[in-house]
Amino acid sequence: MTITNETQFALSAAKEARKERLFARINKADAWFRVLGFSWITPALKIVAGDNVRNNARDIWRMLGVPVLAILIFLFAWASLAPTVQTSLGAIPGPAQVWEQVGSLHDDFVSNKEKEAAFYERQEARNTQLIADGSADRVKIRNYTGSPTYYSQIWTSVQTVFFGFAIGTAIAIPVGIMSGLSPSFNAAMNPIIQIFKPVSPLAWLPIVTMVVSAVYLTNDGMFSKSFLISAITVTLCSLWPTIINTAHGVANIDKDLVNVGKVLKLNTYTKITKLVLPSALPLIFTGMRLSLGVGWMVLIAAEMLAQNPGLGKFVWDEFQNGSSDSLARIMVAVFTIGIIGYILDRAMFALQSIFTFSESR
Amino acid sequence: MKKTLSLVVAANTMMFAMTSGAQAEYLDVEKDELTFGFIKLTDMAPLAIAYELGYFEDEGLYVTLEPQANWKVLLDRVIDGQLDGAHMLAGQPLAATIGYGTEAHIVTPFSMDLNGNGITVSNEVWDEMKQHIPADTDGKPVHPISAAALKPVVETYADDGRAFNMGMVFPVSTHNYELRYWLAAGGLNPGYYSEGNISGQLDADVLLSVTPPPQMPSTMEAGTIDGYCVGEPWNQQAVFKGIGVPVITDYQIWKNNPEKVFGLSKEFTENNPNTTLALTKALIRAAIWLDENDNANRAEAVEILSRSEYVGADEDVIAASMTGTFEFEEGDVREIPDFNVFFRYNATYPFYSDAIWYLTQMRRWGQISEAKPDSWYHDVAASVYLPETYLIAARMLVNEGLANEADFPWDTDGFKPATDEFIDGVSYDGHTPNAYINSFKIGLKSE
Repeated sequence: MTITNETQFALSAAKEARKERLFARINKADAWFRVLGFSWITPALKIVAGDNVRNNARDIWRMLGVPVLAILIFLFAWASLAPTVQTSLGAIPGPAQVWEQVGSLHDDFVSNKEKEAAFYERQEARNTQLIADGSADRVKIRNYTGSPTYYSQIWTSVQTVFFGFAIGTAIAIPVGIMSGLSPSFNAAMNPIIQIFKPVSPLAWLPIVTMVVSAVYLTNDGMFSKSFLISAITVTLCSLWPTIINTAHGVANIDKDLVNVGKVLKLNTYTKITKLVLPSALPLIFTGMRLSLGVGWMVLIAAEMLAQNPGLGKFVWDEFQNGSSDSLARIMVAVFTIGIIGYILDRAMFALQSIFTFSESR
Repeated sequence: MKKTLSLVVAANTMMFAMTSGAQAEYLDVEKDELTFGFIKLTDMAPLAIAYELGYFEDEGLYVTLEPQANWKVLLDRVIDGQLDGAHMLAGQPLAATIGYGTEAHIVTPFSMDLNGNGITVSNEVWDEMKQHIPADTDGKPVHPISAAALKPVVETYADDGRAFNMGMVFPVSTHNYELRYWLAAGGLNPGYYSEGNISGQLDADVLLSVTPPPQMPSTMEAGTIDGYCVGEPWNQQAVFKGIGVPVITDYQIWKNNPEKVFGLSKEFTENNPNTTLALTKALIRAAIWLDENDNANRAEAVEILSRSEYVGADEDVIAASMTGTFEFEEGDVREIPDFNVFFRYNATYPFYSDAIWYLTQMRRWGQISEAKPDSWYHDVAASVYLPETYLIAARMLVNEGLANEADFPWDTDGFKPATDEFIDGVSYDGHTPNAYINSFKIGLKSE
């Protein structure tokens, strides 16, 4: 009897331990789910693992059910209200029409790909002909010249925003570190930052356009002018949150660390790489995350005006088309812009979390 | 200098004609990857057609077509080289060359079309205006409608202390001059430009301002303007949306008036003579196709233009004017077979007299601030319009069997015969611009 009890006890202890380990793992994974925006997976896993169903179901409802319900209510309200607003382009499109345009944009993409294939075939035929005629030196491979598809416009926008953001970060972090380290430098930078921070991209754009046109003279360079113009506008507008946060992060390093640095007589370079950067990283990332968000928002406006072939230009062109599908297509772009913005933000948040974790370890 | 250049071009072409023999051969183009800009208007059709039917590729040109936000952006991008060439307002190359607005030497070897514009007023204005227009036996308004019918409306506005605003697409646009011509012919002063005033509203009865073509209907709907002059499909769009009524087409203001041109920078044509010829050939072929067999291909052209990468408006809106009819008041559809002419009547030949007409209007309204001698008008026209290049390209097409000998004005001196087919019956002869300028009641004189 005692033996069975003991075995049972041992068994249940082992089971407990296993369960504990499982929960520990789930909790660890939870951090990642949160970062990626899937925090509702945790309670779902817990139920599967045998945790209290009631509590976890409430969590799932809060984390998954409520947002889904809200989206459904939004869709319903949209679908029922949209047709009541008449514009000169017809009624405001509802979710169904917008979804239809998603399909039609994809069809455009498919037919464009076919045209592209035909283009390369013709080029191939012409080049073979040229070789046969003995003028092989005139053979040339050219890129397809068709209009950009919706997907390629998304890609251009993403490239532009990252390019602008990269330049911005490369400027903002050093400036921020200097501001953080030297109160005098900070006092010097502060008025400039405060004045330029609230400037709209629309105000920068004409200036950037003229400067780029004057400075970047070649037309066969790596970048097209319109690309540079929108990217630099993104830079100018997205610089500020990174500078401010970096400066703040650097200025507020633990005084003990700074003192240790003084005792060890670290040179400036070591001090920055070993002390300043590691402790300021979480705030630097917060700044970068804000910057990328601002950059993405600014980009659309910049593309509209600079005519850089991205999502902003897509919206503008559709607005100019004024066809009965235009509004629905613009709404597709609105959702695309929103979703990509969300993904960018999540990606930066994930990066930020990685560094914050290592910080707390 | 110009003569030598065209001789060099001619010599080049001759060499090619010789080496290639009878078989059509690609010109040895200096630059084969080109980007052309356009504004979303039906008269960009030759570009879309040359691209879609492979005429550019036939000439060894790989062209990307890019819609532009407005005429200013388009011109600036041609000047700084982001665009190799573009669909332009006829006044743009002239104004840029004489330094009105952005200064740059822009030239054109190809006129893109005749006619194609209309003047639309808002429903509210139309209701007022209609009372002053005589009706025919069917009760329909008698066309062409003179701006004299608009005059009482403008006067009521003035009595109420409201400004009467109209939109046109660009200070040196055809539309600006056509709208001004129509208003002035009806006794309304559209205002003058001067060196210190580039708004063009000095002494104006009707205030004109710039709005990009595709935004015309929405701007009028918003009440910012009471009417506008613009190319298609934006007049028909107003009828289809029920927000305004077109009152007159430019065909009725000046029968077969020249419209858009294909503009290139002088530098581009000098560095790339063969490319210039090749693209002119492709565009001529596209224009021929558009007018072939009595507009038989127009329906197909409309389908192509309605794609979102070109004009993008609904097919039926574009079809309305492109297929030879024009809807005025809702339901009042009239036949205007020559509303959009792309090739007939030598539409694509760059006539000096067309250039000079635009220059006379620039002087009439003060954009050219001082009087100039007749010879100045001729010189400017000759430095901007390139009929030699056009004729070489045409000759090559004829030799290749792609065009008819009879369709081109081989022996013209570049001047159309004097004409009085204007709404006010004033006669125009391109040889005597100053006499023409002096013949208007409203407008600056040549002195």
